[in-house]
Amino acid sequence: MGATQTHSEYQYENMVGKTGFSTEQIKNLHMRFQQLSGNEKTLRREHLKNIPALANNPIKTEIIEAFFDKRNQLDNELGSYEEIGFEEFLMVMSHFRPLSIKTSAEEKTAMRKQKVRFLFNMHDTDGDGKITLEEYRKAVEELLSESGTIGQEVARAIADAAMLEVASTNVPNMGPDDFYEGITFEHFEEILKDLEMESRMHVRFLDMNTANLRCGQ
Amino acid sequence: MFSRMAPRGRSGLGRSLAELGLLLLAILVLLDGTVLSLVAAISSESDTHEAKPVTHKNTSKKSFPVLGIKYDDVSVPFEIALWVLLASLMKLGFHLIPRLSNVVPESCLLISVGLLVGGILKLARDEVPPVLSDRIFFLCLLPPIILDAGYFLPIRPFVENIGTILMFAVVGTLWNAFFVGGLIYAVCQIAQDQYSDIDLSTIGILPCLLFGSIISAVDPVAVLAVFEEIHINELLHILVFGESLLNDAVTVVLYHLFEEFMDSGSVSAVDAILGLVSFLVVALGGVLVGAFYGILAAFTSRFTSHTRVIEPLFVFLYSYMAYLSAEVFHLSGIMSLIACGAVMRPYVEANISHKSHTTIKYFLKMWSSVSETLIFIFLGVATVEGEHHWDWIFLTSTVILCLVARIIGVVGLTFIINKFRIVKLTTKDQFIIAYGGLRGAIAFSLGFILHSEHKRIFLTAIITIIFFTVFVQGMTIKPLVELLAVKKKNEAKRSINEEIHTRFLDHLLTGIEDICGHYGHHHWKNKLNRFNKKYVKKILIAGDRSKEPHLIAFYHKLEMKNAIQMVESGGGSKLNSSFPSTVSMQNIQPKIQSPPSARPSERVLPQLTKGREEEIRQILRTNLQKTRQRLQSYNRHTLVVDPDEEGFDDLFLKKRRRMELDWKLKQMTNYLSVPRPQGSPTMSRARIASGRNTDFIPAQQKKGNKQSSDSQAYVKPGAENVPTIQIDLASPQSPDSVRLLDEVVQDQGLTMSLPSSSRGAYKTSGKDDGRDQQTLLRCLSDPGPDPDDDDDEDYDDDEPVPT
Repeated sequence: MGATQTHSEYQYENMVGKTGFSTEQIKNLHMRFQQLSGNEKTLRREHLKNIPALANNPIKTEIIEAFFDKRNQLDNELGSYEEIGFEEFLMVMSHFRPLSIKTSAEEKTAMRKQKVRFLFNMHDTDGDGKITLEEYRKAVEELLSESGTIGQEVARAIADAAMLEVASTNVPNMGPDDFYEGITFEHFEEILKDLEMESRMHVRFLDMNTANLRCGQ
Repeated sequence: MFSRMAPRGRSGLGRSLAELGLLLLAILVLLDGTVLSLVAAISSESDTHEAKPVTHKNTSKKSFPVLGIKYDDVSVPFEIALWVLLASLMKLGFHLIPRLSNVVPESCLLISVGLLVGGILKLARDEVPPVLSDRIFFLCLLPPIILDAGYFLPIRPFVENIGTILMFAVVGTLWNAFFVGGLIYAVCQIAQDQYSDIDLSTIGILPCLLFGSIISAVDPVAVLAVFEEIHINELLHILVFGESLLNDAVTVVLYHLFEEFMDSGSVSAVDAILGLVSFLVVALGGVLVGAFYGILAAFTSRFTSHTRVIEPLFVFLYSYMAYLSAEVFHLSGIMSLIACGAVMRPYVEANISHKSHTTIKYFLKMWSSVSETLIFIFLGVATVEGEHHWDWIFLTSTVILCLVARIIGVVGLTFIINKFRIVKLTTKDQFIIAYGGLRGAIAFSLGFILHSEHKRIFLTAIITIIFFTVFVQGMTIKPLVELLAVKKKNEAKRSINEEIHTRFLDHLLTGIEDICGHYGHHHWKNKLNRFNKKYVKKILIAGDRSKEPHLIAFYHKLEMKNAIQMVESGGGSKLNSSFPSTVSMQNIQPKIQSPPSARPSERVLPQLTKGREEEIRQILRTNLQKTRQRLQSYNRHTLVVDPDEEGFDDLFLKKRRRMELDWKLKQMTNYLSVPRPQGSPTMSRARIASGRNTDFIPAQQKKGNKQSSDSQAYVKPGAENVPTIQIDLASPQSPDSVRLLDEVVQDQGLTMSLPSSSRGAYKTSGKDDGRDQQTLLRCLSDPGPDPDDDDDEDYDDDEPVPT
């Protein structure tokens, strides 16, 4: 017990530095990880798909994919994992850390970039660095998938309108024969800059020790 | 008169305009004042005349009175109308004087006017009518303002910050009340001004606490009036404003509590506990009453599809009933009104027609505007009216204590709140919140109905505080906001990308919370939305609109707006963004191609519900397809509203704009290539409907040709779908338009032309066109006084009831 405890504590220290979570938060997330993975060391897609609360979520597949996406880890490779360990899980979760009052302006911009990057990766499923019209359409269709047939028909129109808007804002003077291939990361950042992702895209992580997590499984 | 003079040249006229305005203002004020005093004098005279004819009736036969004065019957409505007229004229006047409204907030000006009128009345009649009686205030003047605020309350920021708002409203107000009340009692006991005629030490602790509770509440009317002009960012606005709304419950409870205690003479622990319970009852009861009436209103609106005309009436009546019902039970009327408006809004808006929606919006704005003006004027008049007991010690200590209490309260509470907030409140934020704690007419009215023996001194102090906060804080807050570089409101409209990603983010964060395994905000919000969608919407919203997710509704609204805007602007310029852009659908469509006629129309034209489709068709029909009518005759009988009054200067502006645009075009000749002609009328209609400026070029041609008053250059009637041959180049047109036409001819050949949109190219006199633009303007939408408001409102509705 002593050996494993120091081993895991050492790991925690490491992770605090990499992800910015506090030790308490990491412990709680580790408990959750073990709960989800059935006490195995790695998490697979089926484990996440089995969460009942997630069943109602229209973009469930994208969310699950995001956990297994290599681009969301620090190394920036392409492709996806088959199964992830706790470190990768934590890395993905760290994208949703809230701002603290002591965050400086540069840190804020960095955080915003990181969060927007996460969103971008969620949309850009083939990894080519651009969100094409097809990918965007698919995203909007998923979003409206709960609304049945009405949703599907309008989804294309909405995606087209949105794409047009991005194109007109970022590349205003295109000739009629030019082709706008897809939303690049810079354009994506530009259109979302008013939303201020660094203050919106966060989840509250528990600091306190919640012994019985009655939810989820 | 003034508006017509304006376009022609501002410089010389500007100054005389301001002087004229001032003169007008002064005359009106004097006039109103004298009329008021006159009618009052007449009424007092006619009272004495009433007595005599009774006795002299049978003695002499009077000759038939051709002209007589019978003022009594109409005295009350007459005076009310005069006051409202005065208020509205004042408002007009201020906006005529340009620089004044930038420096001094409206509320200050209005109070000054009130002082002026009160002074005139006092001079004329030696007494002033008590106009700000509490009944008038609470029953007539306050509800419209609160309803306006509640109906258009931005729900999403409100609910997100509800914890903070409640803390400030409840704990902050309690702290203020006890701090001010207690310390003022201490001051009264200790200090005594030998020149004053009041013995301060006779004021007991309970009256002091009562006074403290009255003075501690931040006033929604004053906050609205001042904050609206400084355009501060949404978070701060909703914090201060929300606090001012929710502290009504606290004020009501404290007020009644201390009044009861004063009458009964002693306080016990049970009473204190009962007070606490009463607070919960008042607050929650008010909200429940409001929500109940809100649901009733929503339900009623489900069935109004055949009687559209009275739809707005239901909204107003149910809300007023909610307010009155809450007042009957001594619950918080303000909270009830807010709850009613906020609850009914998403459902009512899904049910009522576009015109009813506009009516509701403008009526609310009108009433609340007039109410606010009247309140401030009456404040001024009431100041002049009462006898004041000036006690310098009491007054100065009150002012200082209020300020200190507010600052300590805000700082202390923020310290605690920041431990629970994710987006923390900075020092700048705290300063603005503290500084924005304005007192207003509610405090005055509550003071007015006091039964205490020290009423006069309290009232004087209340008025002093109100004047201090409104004048000093109101005037300086704007420069301070600039100085501290506080973040301002984001004025840009919501784009569809932002909307998509807001929804996306909601689902994403809910998903992450589920994965994390704890029930956070998003989880509960999601649950509420599901419940709403599954049950509530089905009951309260008529027809198939109940299934429409928020994103789709937003998109349709956007399209409608674009369609309307396109019509208004003469059918050509780029609408959606502020950048002129030549990007069109074909720039983003993937290169693989299917015949352009069939597929793009499928993709581009959204499947609308019948009602919507009809609306859009209606709009487009009147613009695009009936260009024939526009060309030929101008028939006054087909118009809905007479466009002539304001037509001329708009026309002039439009003409000038067109000329400028043409000039610019001449310089951009390389962009004058026409997109591939796509023959179906559906296609061009669809393109217009979707608001994309794929018709950039034909529009320019349109504009180019509008210049020429060439009566020969139009298409024969009945030629809607027939390809027209463009042979009109021989007609005398301006060289610019000819050149543009050349380009068209080059690309398209002489046979095929875009049926509906290019026919627009052959317009006749610009005057007709302009007038028709005016008629369309009137038919389709009411531009109204504040187009910015328009947009803001519609994008405001981020209710927690999306997909």
